[in-house]
Amino acid sequence: MKTTILTGVLGAAALGLAASAASAATLDDVKAKGFLQCGVNTGLAGFASPDNAGNWAGFDVDICKAVAAAIFGDATKVKYSPTTAKERFTALQSGEIDLLSRNTTWTLSRDTSLGFNFAGVNYYDGQGFMINAKNLPGVNSALQLSGASVCVQTGTTTELNLADYFRANNMEYNPVVFEKLEEVNAAYDSGRCDVYTTDQSGLYSIRLTLAAPDDHVVLPEIISKEPLGPAVRQGDDQWFDIVKWTLNAMITAEELGITSENVEEMKGSSNPEIKRVLGQEADSKLGASLGLSEDWVVNVIKAVGNYGESFERNIGTGSPLKIARGLNQLWTKGGLMYAPPIR
Amino acid sequence: MQEHDISFVRAEMLANAPPPASERGIVRWLRINMLATPADIVLTLVGLLVVLLIVPPFLNWALFSAVWTGPDRSVCATLAQGGIQPEGWSGACWAFVGAKFEQFMFGRYPIDERWRVMLVAGLFVALLTPLLIPKVPRKGLNAIVFFGVFPIASFFLLVGGIDIEMFPYQETASEQQVTNGVVESLIQDLPKTAYYFDVELPYVETSLWGGLLVTLVLSFVGISVSLPLGIILALGRRSKMPVVKMLCVIFIEAVRGVPLVTVLFMASVMFPLFLPAGVNFDKFLRALVGVSLFASAYMAEVIRGGLQAIPKGQYEGADSLGLGYWQKMNLIVLPQALKLVIPGIVNTFIGLFKDTSLVSIIGMFDLLGIVRQNFSDAAWASPQTPMSGLVFAGFVFWIFCFGMSRYSIFMERRLDTGHKR
Repeated sequence: MKTTILTGVLGAAALGLAASAASAATLDDVKAKGFLQCGVNTGLAGFASPDNAGNWAGFDVDICKAVAAAIFGDATKVKYSPTTAKERFTALQSGEIDLLSRNTTWTLSRDTSLGFNFAGVNYYDGQGFMINAKNLPGVNSALQLSGASVCVQTGTTTELNLADYFRANNMEYNPVVFEKLEEVNAAYDSGRCDVYTTDQSGLYSIRLTLAAPDDHVVLPEIISKEPLGPAVRQGDDQWFDIVKWTLNAMITAEELGITSENVEEMKGSSNPEIKRVLGQEADSKLGASLGLSEDWVVNVIKAVGNYGESFERNIGTGSPLKIARGLNQLWTKGGLMYAPPIR
Repeated sequence: MQEHDISFVRAEMLANAPPPASERGIVRWLRINMLATPADIVLTLVGLLVVLLIVPPFLNWALFSAVWTGPDRSVCATLAQGGIQPEGWSGACWAFVGAKFEQFMFGRYPIDERWRVMLVAGLFVALLTPLLIPKVPRKGLNAIVFFGVFPIASFFLLVGGIDIEMFPYQETASEQQVTNGVVESLIQDLPKTAYYFDVELPYVETSLWGGLLVTLVLSFVGISVSLPLGIILALGRRSKMPVVKMLCVIFIEAVRGVPLVTVLFMASVMFPLFLPAGVNFDKFLRALVGVSLFASAYMAEVIRGGLQAIPKGQYEGADSLGLGYWQKMNLIVLPQALKLVIPGIVNTFIGLFKDTSLVSIIGMFDLLGIVRQNFSDAAWASPQTPMSGLVFAGFVFWIFCFGMSRYSIFMERRLDTGHKR
């Protein structure tokens, strides 16, 4: 009887030691590992949440899948690290994760002193207000909210933005603050305050948990800029480019009408732009210049669909959240989604 | 002179008459316990009112109006909320718990590998039960297996990363088939002449662990490390050797002086920054070490309380018998001291068990963490979902804590030989 125990993985597991990918060439490390380590939210409806089987799904998760598809041609080669708001930056800095796709607001200080690069914006968010239309009939603008009591989570920038907004508009308000999100939800639902304020994307998911969702209206005003996007470490331009252009490719695909269903037909399109994007031109070098295969966009679109498909499936009309495209509409349709040309 | 005519003389004693109706059965119990004084009557009525106000609505919510099965949030939401329930409906959404049950138990542990967790759980129960029942013999062997062999076996089973290939000779092959049921199917697929099998336990990284699995692993390791370590720290703190004493005091006071959240947070967020690039300790391992050390410091103080309650005469008696330090501790002091502080020890265990849910702040998901995480699944978001999930998590925690508490009471009664009142 011959017994062999392969201790390669075991040794690493036993000590909990694992080589991390903190070196410069993240793409090589990721290829060598065979998977992408992606930091996501610990749970945010529509953006990153587990399904019944425990698989990650959501709008931010799709970015991870898209990058994995661009590199490996296989969207399943991702390992997810659920990170809390405080942990996320350490995790990226220390090389525990290769990519942070966790509804992170792009700010100057994060870009500079924390040492990250934001690869673009995948969701334009902003702080908004929700009211119970039955209790406050006739209110259709945040500027009519003077004297209202406002439910808000304490210790967040949301609280500060709220104070700024009401002071700037010379309005009075009574803040009703809570520590935990569930507490704010319960207080608002039981009528302890007239107004609920948090990021607009959050308001839609909270509305799902209210007793009478149709009575509640999200007001149109957005009082802060929260451009959310995937972030990578500074100092690896190739990796930064891959993530940036994966997102751009999803947006471009929507603009050109390439979907996960018609991507195979589109390969044979006579439109030179589509041919170029899908790597069907004879001497295509676009993929190689990123360090990827020429059909990288095809793989991305097959895996997660174009930007619009991903949006509708996770947070838009195809999901219980039913968030309107709004600012996240393509620039051709009045939104802000604009990708530089792929050529 | 008058004659007494004694026509009847009782030959035997009268049977005891039953007590009056007001002094027996439920009536007597009610009179004594519920209605003894006017104040008692008022308290009883208030109590009844509270029970009536709480219990029927809760039962209605949790059982009679509850939804037991369903594909998504629509079964747990009213028409206005985008569901199928009538207006004004309120009931528990057990369908949510049902759909997510496996996740609550195993986290994201790969579905094909979950038998490994079940096997560990089975071994745990099979080894722990005889250890807890005083009548079952061979406690020493059992304890060695439970605290020595079992943790190592479970480590290999749960973490995996093992690949055993075997080329047994033909005559031993049938034995292999019997002893290792796991590989039977593999063997059947192979040609009969080539008795070859390959046990492969793929590596399952700890970030995939979750739910009750994490809660139980954390608390089992925490409990089995903190008791011995706590005893050593407590003895060290009472030691006459200055360096040992100083080290123990510093450790205990430093660890007790910071909240568990801080310990976990330091381990998860600050620690990686101090390590050289490329070196990274497993997050779960960091949490395990943090929780174990934290519980040890508390345990040490509980046990020190027991040591202080032992009269000086016991120590002197042991000394006069010529026992050495460890003999004195093992034979005379610790058996008495530990028995005295069983409630305190179990209190620390229960506290530790519940504290494990704090690991959710470092992105690990114990039972409570994974329940709360699933509230973010938009497919199940409804007004009833959070309450149902939390009630379920609370119930599971309660089962374990109540079990520990009852067992500690049983142990106290059994060991309470010297101080019986």
